[in-house]
Amino acid sequence: MPKSMSVVREAIAADVGDEPVDAMAEGAAAGQDRAGRKILPIVEGVVLVAALVAPLLLQDYLTVFATRVIILALFALSFDLVWGYAGIMSFGQALFFGSAGYGVALLARDLDITNIFLVLPAGTMIGLAFALLLGGFLLLGRHPSSVIFVSLGTLTGSYAADRLARGWYYLGGQNGIPSIAPMTVGSYEFSEGPAFYYLVLGILVVVYLLCRYLVRSQFGLALAGLRENEQRIAFFGYKAQHLKAIIFAIGGAVAGLAGSLYAFHEGFVWPNMVGVVVSTQVVLYVLFGGSGTLIGAVIGAVIVEGVSFWLSDNYREIWPIILGVLLLLVILFRPLGLISFVLGERERVGSFGGTPKESKKEKRNAAP
Amino acid sequence: MPLLEAAGIKKIFGKLTALDGAALTVGENEFHGLIGPNGSGKSTLMKCIAGAEVPTQGKVSFVNADITAFTPTERARAGMSLKFQITSVLPTLTLYDNILLALQAQSSLFDLVFSRTRGVLHDQVMAMLTQFRLADRAFDAAAALSHGQQQWLEIAMALAGKPKLLLLDEPTGGMSLEERRVTGELLQPIKKHCSLVIVEHDLDFIRDICDRLTVLDQGKVLASGTVSEIQANQAVQEIYLRRA
Repeated sequence: MPKSMSVVREAIAADVGDEPVDAMAEGAAAGQDRAGRKILPIVEGVVLVAALVAPLLLQDYLTVFATRVIILALFALSFDLVWGYAGIMSFGQALFFGSAGYGVALLARDLDITNIFLVLPAGTMIGLAFALLLGGFLLLGRHPSSVIFVSLGTLTGSYAADRLARGWYYLGGQNGIPSIAPMTVGSYEFSEGPAFYYLVLGILVVVYLLCRYLVRSQFGLALAGLRENEQRIAFFGYKAQHLKAIIFAIGGAVAGLAGSLYAFHEGFVWPNMVGVVVSTQVVLYVLFGGSGTLIGAVIGAVIVEGVSFWLSDNYREIWPIILGVLLLLVILFRPLGLISFVLGERERVGSFGGTPKESKKEKRNAAP
Repeated sequence: MPLLEAAGIKKIFGKLTALDGAALTVGENEFHGLIGPNGSGKSTLMKCIAGAEVPTQGKVSFVNADITAFTPTERARAGMSLKFQITSVLPTLTLYDNILLALQAQSSLFDLVFSRTRGVLHDQVMAMLTQFRLADRAFDAAAALSHGQQQWLEIAMALAGKPKLLLLDEPTGGMSLEERRVTGELLQPIKKHCSLVIVEHDLDFIRDICDRLTVLDQGKVLASGTVSEIQANQAVQEIYLRRA
């Protein structure tokens, strides 16, 4: 309801600056639910329950599809960290996703390494390493780099990787690397199906919780400052470029983890996986679901993939057009994504400190 | 040795010479007013001192170190703080978080990730908010504040890191008379531990709170001295009469 409306009004009032009374009244209302992230945990709970029961309700081939979607949701988290929290426009997130995919595919093909405890950390490290390299180059100047520079730089990185993979015989050229051996624990092989699904879901939940912890920490507050006004926080003494490079690298690591799961789940990797199309796809997930909330990224991935799946089944010829129009509508009318239907601006940004002690103080004051 | 010494500052934007050998010297615990007609280069000089602009020529020293080539981050860490002319509080964050953001700027990465300084800084956050009469709005979004309150919040943020020098660019711009008076009151107590450079159009305000003044005209220093010296200065009076 109106919560999001009030946010928009508040924003407009603040922008125009000629409705202080209205703005202040709205502010007071926002102040009242300060203690609370009330909606977000509910949304997270609902999504988790839905994800837990999904394989019980879905036919086998749909469980395979759902596994792919969960992996893409993990990938979407990586972009949300980078864009939704730190305001770094990365159009090259697939570079980390795909290079990790290629990396683990090579480990499996050339070295017969498929143990989950080796390949997943390896994939994560590959994503991290590439993100450190590219992020170091794009973000760590003496002076802040412009949004355009970073978005074109990441885009170029992704495009170049795509071309490189297509032309490199060792990586299988246009065809990529097919028939990757399954991921293993001891003698158990993870093949498509419920086991793989729950493995991936477990990883998503753990990574989600880690990200959630991070973005609500004092580091998350620094990220919020970075996103809102990078120049301002530099004047406070923050090493803004370092913060950016760090979160970019973390995003790369998460994308790498997702990419290695994807490679084993699909059983093959191909040049698109590092390229611009997949990079753009992840941007769409997050914009569609709602950036800066983590759960919005997950929901965005599920809905975009789910809708494409359903549309491509039922409207074989024109489904990309329908999907495109849908995405445009959401981005035009809900720039904060689907999640903004239920989540207000104040709760989305959240608060980073003071509340617990403050309430203690209030109690103390109320006592006598 | 003065706290801040800017000498021979030249700043050229294309064909425009904004500063032409301007200078500014500020001692410890001194409130220094920077005045002059519109376009005289006050804001540009502030930016050159704060690191938002790099001077074309000249030298800025701060606490006995040459900081001319320092980035804003390095200047902040050396103890210099700036309040921008345009309010730049973070509108979506609460007042509390705005102050905390400023206070934790020099916490280590480890402390930030594990939120280790959040508890320690709580009292300081509330003290800053109380000092600037904003404590009752602590958990409102900064966007909900009136213009004057946003200016105070921003001054509080600029002071949070306990700077040795605070640069204030038109702190009372757009304020009512009453708000100006309160701003003066709020600034007085910081004199014990902090110097101030203040750019301001409101000459009454400047006269009330500053110890010394520097008058700029066309990018050059026209006069510099105590408030009474400047008031008696013939050239300064002419400038203001001419432009008024």
